[in-house]
Amino acid sequence: MTKKLLIPLVVFVALVGFLFVGLFRDPREVPSPLIGRPAPEFTLAQLQNPAKTLGPTDLKGQVWLLNVWASWCVSCREEHPLLVELGREKIVPIVGLNYKDEPAAGLKWLAQNGDPYNVSVVDRDGRVGIDWGVYGVPETFVVDKTGAIRYKQIGPITVEALQTKILPLVRELQKS
Amino acid sequence: MSARGPLPDTRPTGGDAARVGALVRIVPLLVALALSPIALLAADAVPTEKDPVASARAVALSEKLRCLVCQNQTILESNAELAQDLRKQIREQIAAGKSDKEIVDYMVARYGDFVLYQPPVKSTTLLLWAGPALLVGIGFLVLARTVRLRRARSEEPALSAEERERVARLLGGDAAKDTQ
Repeated sequence: MTKKLLIPLVVFVALVGFLFVGLFRDPREVPSPLIGRPAPEFTLAQLQNPAKTLGPTDLKGQVWLLNVWASWCVSCREEHPLLVELGREKIVPIVGLNYKDEPAAGLKWLAQNGDPYNVSVVDRDGRVGIDWGVYGVPETFVVDKTGAIRYKQIGPITVEALQTKILPLVRELQKS
Repeated sequence: MSARGPLPDTRPTGGDAARVGALVRIVPLLVALALSPIALLAADAVPTEKDPVASARAVALSEKLRCLVCQNQTILESNAELAQDLRKQIREQIAAGKSDKEIVDYMVARYGDFVLYQPPVKSTTLLLWAGPALLVGIGFLVLARTVRLRRARSEEPALSAEERERVARLLGGDAAKDTQ
């Protein structure tokens, strides 16, 4: 008799367990298959200096961040002060990918909100964004010295993500 | 009941007319509503290409891929900018002679298995694929057990012949006749 009562109880507890964990998971965060893989190659014109280009090969040998941003992106404003601060501290080079944006609008936005980027490159039609699996701006990638993507932040960078994930990872990668 | 008598008498006829009127007025709206998704699809998703085969392929492929922005829509249905870009990608790659598998692989390499509406069978998705069959199997086992138990219980004679005799003896002659 007790065994009979126990089975539904176990099933119920397991179900509650699954649902409870599910409460704290964000279905919008799709794990990127690019983690641990070489960063997709690109050669894009620089926002400030369109005659010059930049690509991941130019950055080999150092740890760097790729931050996908746009002047039309609302949540970029949310994370931008953090990026400006990070840029000022010069811990790690930040490359901006100006995603599907008017270069003029992008430049104006940087003038207004501050420019934390060592370089921003222009992805006018979003092709490079697709190669990097970008689906929601802002997104931030951590690329290691060998040119492999090690972390992807989907959505705005938060203080928590910066302190507990991105910066420790960057420091660790810089040591290796 | 009786106090409210006059009201129900007058109401039905007037109510019916009003209801029919409302229905007639709503019909065009319903028709428009029913057609609107078709109109949307026709306006945006179906590529106006010269090659009907390529265009059919593009539509079929877009139907299989999930839009990552509006996650419950395919990139065929979605009007998100990313979905538009990905539809464009599909069309370009078809034009470049890529096979369906190559195009799907291209999407999976960038966005993971999540872009596939039909997830592939892998060790991590085994439970997902086998789960329903497993549940049906467990259901049948429970059903079989329950039926067997119930049958065993119903087939079991309430009293054996000897017991019945004993009952008859205990209750006296009348009861013995009743049980026959």
